[in-house]
Amino acid sequence: MTPLAKLLEAALFASAVPVPAEALRLMAAHADDGESTLESALAELRDHYDNGGHGVELIEVAGGWQILTRPEYTEAIERVQLAARPQRLSAAALETLAIIAYRQPIGRAEIEEIRGVGAGAILKSLNERGLIDITGRGEGLGRPLLYGTTPSFLEQFALRHLEELPRADELAIALRAPRQATPTSVAATKDNGEAPPRAD
Amino acid sequence: MDDVRFAGASSPAVAEITASEVFVVELAEFSGPLDLLLSLIRDEQIDIYDIPIARIAEQFLARISTLKLDEAADYLEMAARLVRIKAQTLLPRREGEDVWDDPRAELVRRLLEYQQVREVVDVLERRSEDRRGRFARAYTQQALQLPVAGPLKISLPELLSAVDRVLRLARKPHIHDVIPRALDVDGAIGIVRALLAIRAHAHWKDVVPKRAEPWEVLSLLLALLELAKLGELRLLQPRPFAAFEINRDSPSEAA
Repeated sequence: MTPLAKLLEAALFASAVPVPAEALRLMAAHADDGESTLESALAELRDHYDNGGHGVELIEVAGGWQILTRPEYTEAIERVQLAARPQRLSAAALETLAIIAYRQPIGRAEIEEIRGVGAGAILKSLNERGLIDITGRGEGLGRPLLYGTTPSFLEQFALRHLEELPRADELAIALRAPRQATPTSVAATKDNGEAPPRAD
Repeated sequence: MDDVRFAGASSPAVAEITASEVFVVELAEFSGPLDLLLSLIRDEQIDIYDIPIARIAEQFLARISTLKLDEAADYLEMAARLVRIKAQTLLPRREGEDVWDDPRAELVRRLLEYQQVREVVDVLERRSEDRRGRFARAYTQQALQLPVAGPLKISLPELLSAVDRVLRLARKPHIHDVIPRALDVDGAIGIVRALLAIRAHAHWKDVVPKRAEPWEVLSLLLALLELAKLGELRLLQPRPFAAFEINRDSPSEAA
């Protein structure tokens, strides 16, 4: 491996969370490894893990990079209680999270209107799990709190960035244009509503 | 259009009802009234754009009563909505009215919107399942908040004055000094002997100087006891807590 690839490996190993791309870029600039760029070094490290027979792999996530164990070892690791898989989220929590991810910043009343159910307890627990945060206050009556997703959300859902979710035009118009949701939009939805979201 | 405006106006009220949250109903099966409604539509293989509202409303009511959800406000609100739409579809249309606003339009919009949310949930579920199957390096909580120490920029005089400040601070908690002082029993013996050389009788008051320090009092007491042991004097206390009298003892008697 080139010196830069080794340096990046060490940096990624030292961090318990994904290392932002900018931080790696800064390291690469200081390392002054004439032969390799950040991109080539990351590719080299990924290939090294993929081809050399390693128990870990290099993953791009949440605007950064992270070394993770390979899925085939999860059960064995969990059996000896070295690490535990995080709890699954309930369907209600996932729905709330999905709405926030697409419509952020969004207030509680709007979320409740879409789901047809109260969202207070769910918002609290999502906030406690670090998946959402209060990003500001709305203009409406009582200046409601507005919620948005956190970097930890991207991390826990293996997303590089929010745009990796099915694109807005692949979803029904209702989610694309929150404010102009009128009966005319139902007709529009009818036309492209069949298009399934990109499955990747 | 009337229907849409009505639905729009009612939504803040809906938010208020749900916000009060008298109790939270969370079923593994359904995450809300829209979820239940969608599952009914799926089960019956109904075209979402042409919902037989009477049939669906009845089934919805039947399901929430068997699921004991008929007391949950969110489900009741949806039930009421369905019944209202059903009533609206039964109203005769005005003659000559070509454009008919389907009272089901708002419900269809919400169902479609909700279905999209479910689609996104499927994506999120797959992704989180993928991530749950991998572990990052475990995070050790110890030595959590060590300040980042850069190279020191400080001159020698600055360092010395800092040391000085620290030392002065360190001395501050000294509130009083305790000086250990040995008792001077020998000196007290000398005083008592000198006094008894002049007088055969004396009182405690005579040997103890006024405003004596505790160590002087203790020294004298020990000196008196020592001399009494040596037989040079006798101590007499007439009654409890009275000052005792000191009487010279003749050396001949002691011998």
